[in-house]
Amino acid sequence: MRRLGVDSVPIALFIATFTGIVLSLLSKYIFTGAVPLYFVGALVGKTIMMELGPVLTGLALAGRVGANIAAELGTMRVTEQVDALETLAYNPRSYLVVPRVLAGMLMFPVVTAIAIALGITAGWFTAINLLDLSSLEFIKGLRLFYRFKDIWFGLVKAASFGVAVTLAGCLQGLATRGGAEGVGRNTTRAVVIGCEAILVLDAFWALMLL
Amino acid sequence: MIRFTGVDKAFGAKVVLAGMSLDIPDGQTTVIIGFSGSGKSVALKHIVGLLVPDAGTVEVDGQIVSELEARQLDAMRGQIGYVFQFAALFDSMSVAGNIRLGLARRGLAEEEIQERIRESLRLVDLPGAEERYPAELSGGMRKRVGLARAIALRPRYILYDEPTTGLDPVTSAVIDELMVRVRKELGTTGVVVTHDMRSAYTVGDRIAMLYQGRIRQVGTIEEIRHTDDPVVRNFIEGRPFDPDRLEAQEAGR
Repeated sequence: MRRLGVDSVPIALFIATFTGIVLSLLSKYIFTGAVPLYFVGALVGKTIMMELGPVLTGLALAGRVGANIAAELGTMRVTEQVDALETLAYNPRSYLVVPRVLAGMLMFPVVTAIAIALGITAGWFTAINLLDLSSLEFIKGLRLFYRFKDIWFGLVKAASFGVAVTLAGCLQGLATRGGAEGVGRNTTRAVVIGCEAILVLDAFWALMLL
Repeated sequence: MIRFTGVDKAFGAKVVLAGMSLDIPDGQTTVIIGFSGSGKSVALKHIVGLLVPDAGTVEVDGQIVSELEARQLDAMRGQIGYVFQFAALFDSMSVAGNIRLGLARRGLAEEEIQERIRESLRLVDLPGAEERYPAELSGGMRKRVGLARAIALRPRYILYDEPTTGLDPVTSAVIDELMVRVRKELGTTGVVVTHDMRSAYTVGDRIAMLYQGRIRQVGTIEEIRHTDDPVVRNFIEGRPFDPDRLEAQEAGR
């Protein structure tokens, strides 16, 4: 939990901060002269909560967490630690995979929620300092189309991304063969599969829940 | 008793075992010797069900390993300690944690677990090493911890995969001595896979040579020392030979 969640917070916050800033600037560029500027709050809030928060955080964590898990379990596989577990009557899937997938499912939404909060805060800070927008106007925009579904939609997606990324890491790690080369190959594969799964799941949830 | 009957195993196009048959009697240490890559470790992994034969059977106490259900397989594995070639210690756990893992699976009381950890570390001459981590140990110490992890389970059988590979001669001798001591003190049946003949003569009661996927010869130490089989003789004396040429000579006799 600590390694999957807490240690991943800095990278998620870094991404969220700059995403919030860029979204704010971008929406001003799009809206100027056509749409009231307080819509910046709506665009920043909706986009970060429903799409960019979960997806960008998921992609970043696919690289960090997915690679970490695949490399760890891959090394355990090629150094016979997984075999040793089996000879001690442990099922590697129960002992190594289930806790990691559960941790991913629980911690991805937590990290995503923090990233969403910071992304919106960064968007607000940019708006009031660079866009000639007041806090009240930004919040007015933020609340304009807000529905509770916006937030749980993002968090449900994040949970599913957590399962996909950790599962890809675990399965690729346990399937590792050979030595260091095999660990490298399967680690890369875990990251690629994790990223692809995120994008497919993103489309799936949009189709199912919107 | 452990029995291999006509075991075949291939990985893709590479045939490793081709009709291997061997009986491993209780109460003795049987050493399986053979060239690197001849399938000795593969044979060992069949005993605990880490590998499943393509054909043939491996029996442990009359049970065919590949036909056991998960629970039965776990129970059977509980009777077997496995000492891996490079120890296979869990990096993230201390020495005590490594030994505890197998014991905890058996639902032993904490006091009993602590006692077994102490006892098994004493038996491998590593008392007080409980809190050290694998990264802090030398190769020989790691092997001893691997052995301690195996014997802590009080197994009926201990399988040793290349126990002296990669160790200096003195440390190898220490490991050999420990294997002999473990057999004497715990009365376990041992199966040792090695190509180290000095070790084989020290720890073994019987020696079986695995060659081209099957057992070429099996016998007591003396029988193997005085063998007439040219392949076995060349191997135990460390003389290089051309297998094809040797076969041609044998066919011409």
